[in-house]
Parts: sequence; C-alpha cells; structure tokens
Amino acid sequence: MLLRGLVNSLIIAAGAFGIGLLIGIAGAFGKLYGGPVTRDLLEVYTTLVRAVPELVLILLLYYAGTDLINRLMDMLGYPPVDISGLAAGIGVLAIVQGAYSTEVLRGAILAIPQGQIEAGRAYGMSPWTLMRRITLPAMVPFAIPGLANLWLIATKDTALLAIVGFSELTQATRQAAGATKAYFTFFLAAGGIYLVVTLLSQVILARAERRTRRGMPSFAGSGR
Amino acid sequence: MSALVVNVTTRQRVLGWLQPHRIVLIAIALAIVVCAAVFMRWDWIPNYAWLAVQGIWRTIWLLVVSVVLGFMLAVPLGLVQVTGPIWLAVPARTFCTIIRGTPLLLQLWLLYFGLGALFPQFPWIRESFLWPYLRQAWPYGVLALTLSYAGYEGEVMRGAFAGVPRGQLEAARAFGMSRWKILRRVWLPQATYRALPTLAGETVLQLKATPLVATITMVDIFSVSSRVRQETFIVYEPLLLLALVYMTITAILVFLFRKLEARIPARPG
Amino acid sequence: MKKLLAGLAVAVGLALGAGAAQAEQVKIGFSPEAYPPFWSQDASGSWGGWEVEIINAICAEQKLDCVLTPIPWDGLIPALGTKKIDAIMNSMSITDERKKTIDFSDKYYNTPTAVIGSKDAKFDATPEGLKGKIIGVQVSTVHAAYAKKHFTEAAEIKEYQTQDEANQDLTAGRIDATQADSIALDAFLKSDAGKACCDMKGYVAPDDEVLGPGVGAGVRKDDAALKDKLNAGIKAIRDNGKYAEITKKYFDFDVYGAEGQTN
Repeated sequence: MLLRGLVNSLIIAAGAFGIGLLIGIAGAFGKLYGGPVTRDLLEVYTTLVRAVPELVLILLLYYAGTDLINRLMDMLGYPPVDISGLAAGIGVLAIVQGAYSTEVLRGAILAIPQGQIEAGRAYGMSPWTLMRRITLPAMVPFAIPGLANLWLIATKDTALLAIVGFSELTQATRQAAGATKAYFTFFLAAGGIYLVVTLLSQVILARAERRTRRGMPSFAGSGR
Repeated sequence: MSALVVNVTTRQRVLGWLQPHRIVLIAIALAIVVCAAVFMRWDWIPNYAWLAVQGIWRTIWLLVVSVVLGFMLAVPLGLVQVTGPIWLAVPARTFCTIIRGTPLLLQLWLLYFGLGALFPQFPWIRESFLWPYLRQAWPYGVLALTLSYAGYEGEVMRGAFAGVPRGQLEAARAFGMSRWKILRRVWLPQATYRALPTLAGETVLQLKATPLVATITMVDIFSVSSRVRQETFIVYEPLLLLALVYMTITAILVFLFRKLEARIPARPG
Repeated sequence: MKKLLAGLAVAVGLALGAGAAQAEQVKIGFSPEAYPPFWSQDASGSWGGWEVEIINAICAEQKLDCVLTPIPWDGLIPALGTKKIDAIMNSMSITDERKKTIDFSDKYYNTPTAVIGSKDAKFDATPEGLKGKIIGVQVSTVHAAYAKKHFTEAAEIKEYQTQDEANQDLTAGRIDATQADSIALDAFLKSDAGKACCDMKGYVAPDDEVLGPGVGAGVRKDDAALKDKLNAGIKAIRDNGKYAEITKKYFDFDVYGAEGQTN
C-alpha cells in the first residue's frame, strides 16, 4: 500500500512539475516580453500564489476548481466532466509550481548574456525560432539549480493532498498506521521513503547540472 | 525646496504606476470584490468573529515563537557545519538533510501521533512533570515548526557564515579578540546581515506552513475557517476570507522585514 | 400531488434505467478511513464492511452502477453540491442542520450513541460525569454537535479529522473520553489497543434534534429520482431478507432500530 502511495506521489509530483514548467515558460516569457496587461496579470498570479498557504490554495482549487469547470461545461451545454482526484491533484499543484517556476525561469532568461540573443536576432531568426534555438537552451544551466529545488518542493507538497483525502504516500501511511495502530513505525518508514526520493533526486540533478555546465566558465564563488 | 522636489518625484512615480490599463484592471478587480461582497454569503461573519480573532492570534503566536526559537537553533547548526569538529558537523548536516528531505506534514504527524502511540508502553510518562504539556497539541506544533525552520535556516546560515570574507575575521584576530568575541562582534552580525533577505522569504514560507497544525487539533485561523465550513456548509467564502487573512499577514511580514533591512547600514562593521 | 410526481419520477427513472444499455453510474461518496464494522480496508486496499455490503445490495436491487468515491469526511457535503459525487452513504446521520443543505433518503440504520473512556477513571456519560474532562470527537459529526451542546462543562472538546485518531489519542491518554456511535466504539474496545486502555462509560441521553432519527443516504435536493430509488432499494432489501442476511454476518441484533420512521 505504501508503494502504491509512493507511485501516486511520484506521478503527481512529476505531472505537477512538468505542467508547472510549461506554465513557467509561458509565464516567464509573458513577464519579460508580454504587453503591460499580461505582465500585470502574471504579477498578480505569482504574488497571490506565493502569499497564500498551499493548503488553502489546494482546498480552494480542489473544490472551487472542479465546480467552476463543471459550471462552465454546463453553460456550454456539455455534461459535467468527472475530474479524478489524480487529475485535480496534479492541476492544483501545477498551478502552485507554475508561479514559482515563472520566477525561476525569468531569472534564468535574464542571466543569458544579451549578446547571444542579439546575435540570433541579427541572423534574422523569428521570435519563435529564437526562443526554441537560443533562449531556451541557453537558459537551462541558469535554471537548473532553481528547478531542482522546485522538484524537491513538488515531491514534498504532494503530502498536502493527504488533507483532501487523496491516497498518496502520506495518506496511505496514515491509513496503514490507523489500521495497525503502529503509528510511529509507519510514519518513520514513510519519512525514510521521502528521504530516499530526495537524496536520489539530488544525485541525479547534480549530475544533470554538471552536464549542462560543460564548457561554461565556472562562476566565481561556486568553486571550492 | 527639497520637499517640493520629493513631492514631484512621488507624484511622477504614482502617475507612472497608474497607467491607463492599470486603472482598468483595478476597476475590474474592484468590481469582482463588490460582486463577491454582494452575491456571496457573509452573514456568518459576526458569529465567528471572536473565534477568528483568537485563531489569527494563535497563528501569529505560533509563527513568532517558532521563528525565534528556530533561528536560535539555526545559528549553532550553521556554525558547526562551517567551523565545528566533525562529530558536530556531521550530525548537524544530517539533521538539515532529514528536515529538508521529508514533508513537514509527515514530521508533524510522526511527532504527534507517532510519539502518542508509544505513550501506553511507558506508563511512567503519565506521572512525569511534563505530562500536562505532552497531553496538549501545541507543544508538538511548536516543536515541529521550530525544527523545520531550524533545518532550512541552518542551511542558509551555513552559507552565510561561510560567505563572510576571511579578511574580516583575520583583522578581528589581529586586534587580539577572543574567538567568542569575534563570533559575537564580527562573524554573527555579518552572517545575519547576509542571511536577512532569505530570512524574510523563509519566514513567509513558515507562515504558509502553520495551517498544518490544524490536523493535530490545534485551533489556528485555518481550523476556524474549517469549522465555519463544516457548521454552515458554506464552502468558498470562508476559504476566500482565509486567503485574504494570510495575504495580509504576508504583506505585513514583508513590510516589517524591509524596514529591518533598511535600518541596518549597507556596510556593516 | 407530490406523491404522484414522485411516483412519476420513479417510473421515468426506472424506464430510463431499463432503457439504457448499461445501468447509470452513481458515485457514492465516503470518507476513506476505517470505521469498523461499517467500513474496513483489507491488505490489498479494497473496502468492505456492513455498510459497503448494504450499499452494494441496494445498488444491485435498483440496478445502479455504484462507484465508491473517496472524499474526506468534511468535504462530503460540498462534494455532493459540486456533483463530484451523487450520494453520501457513510454512516451520516439525518439531521435538521444538514437538511438545510442536502436531502436524505429514509434511514437504513440507527444505533445509540455512547461514550468510552480510560479504564482508570470512573465516570458516566452524563454532563456531570464529563465535567472537567477532555472529550475527543470527530469534526462535523452529530457527536461533535451533541458534545458541544450538552457537555458544556467539559474542560475541552477536541475535534479530530477521523474517529480513528480520536481513539488513538484516547489510548495515548491525551483525551479522557470520546463520544461516537456505540457500535463503532464497541469494535474499538474489542481490539487489542482498546482492551488495554478503555471501557464503556454508557449511552448518552437521547436528543433527536441533534442526533437525528438515524443514518440515511445524503442526496442533492434536486435529485428526487435518486432519492426515490435509494428509498425503494432500502425498502426492498428490508423486505426480501437481504438486509437481515448481511446484518447477521456482523451483529447479533438488528441495527435498523425502530420501524416506521420515514424521511
């Protein structure tokens, strides 16, 4: 049961992180190159999400989000859609992750040496090609530390879905502990599983970071 | 004369901020707020106002206590990782890794329910002088939040201690200061100053972690809003108001930290 | 007139049900927590228990394709409103307070409410007996409402997310007593943890206004068709002996309570 919970947790974390990344890319470009209205709206979005506890956002989006979608479908004349706990969980955490990755990616794009983008423009690249060929690849090394941190936050935030009753690792542990009354053992075991996930992720991410940094000058201060 | 100059710049700044599209956006936002105030149900507020005030007080109390205690714990945690002997540095690093690698909710439940499940095996606990505290929920909430803050902030302080330029410490040593005095007069103040911007961020994150204590029967503002939802079956209004409360507390925190940073001179020492 | 309309609705509902190639899907909301003997989970994670079997019997009787949908206890009524689920069948008592928001089917069981507490302390399930005690209850249950109304001189009334956690804190000694359904508490007292720590303090004085006439299935107010189907299903399994058959597996008495109460 714990394993099934772990799989659910990882699916949600990966889904939320992935969709959050897409929101983040769109958000970062919107904040940097978008019109004044887009920029202000994105500012409101990132500020709101970062000021309100994830738990409150999850409750709001979990209940209100599905309700709104169903009302919208109703208005458009479609039957109400059934949103599974998994999809709702991914959606809610993705919105939270999106706000944070917007900020991370915005910083990463700003860190790209301006000359590279100008050179691309001088070649007559369209904005779309420019983004695909220059901006996105060039920002990766700057974005990875921040994104690595976000991934770790995503794995831990899945635990909050326990409060809306979704059967991820923490909730599965709670149920197993309740059934066996061995609360201490089970919570300790789940803590160990989370820790293993974190440490494994750190190893993989550190390797990825080293790979993307190949051939780049090392930053002052990062050498030991 | 100078007052006039300041006035003009302020006015320009306000005008620069109030571009036409912003006015439209603000108008739309106001319209949404008015709609919410008129069309949603708020008649429950008077019944729960006093409870909400107590809840907000409990949340702020929990935040302040756990941040202060957590910071006091974070300083030695960061310090021993930079300069301490290995038998202190390794446990400190392990502690930070464990706290940062597991969800706070799980830590909280492990402390509250996990330890609670062990009590029946040790009957003497109930006779000890600590029992009146162990029975209640708040010590567990404070402990879990303090340890969590110490874990994250200990990592920050480690970087801050390591980041203070060597020359500063060497100069202090040349003055003949004792190790303790160097820490107190030079190292700690400079490291704290370096950590201050992240401190603000970490404290906001800490505020956002406080509602978790509602799951161990503590009555904070989050749990008051849950109670409103359960007793009146009104779903969205209490949650929206709750979000507003947290945003207000966040805004106040950010404002206070900015004041604090402004008070400290840019070049300390 | 109303009855005629309701009858018509049932007829239409049945016709539709019979006409459709497959039975219509009804999502039954329940809170994913052990509440033995009504709800328990086996090692593979699937749910069983008295109430699960009753739900299955009613659905089979009415040819409904019932799907158990886990929702946390305090989110059940909101989830019904947002159509995440179509009915609540989770030992939810029929109360006037809840009827302001949702509608209920007829009751399908009714058992007395009891208080249990530590073996070391002697007290009754009365306001005087619980004076100065710390009482644990599950949030937004009739028991929470009852304790708040009657045990006003208790030292504290602590609200837990699940009854399981309240029982857990009773064994840990953090609370002196907990109030809940007598059968659920009885199952806990028979477990190893319950045997070691606690005993029955007695039934609480009745208060129909708070405790209600029994447990029914919660449905949306505008969903009279489903309500009628569930009522018909409950009546059918009461009449054809299915109800008694399931009950015999779990209890040595009839949990239905007094006859003839309808809603």
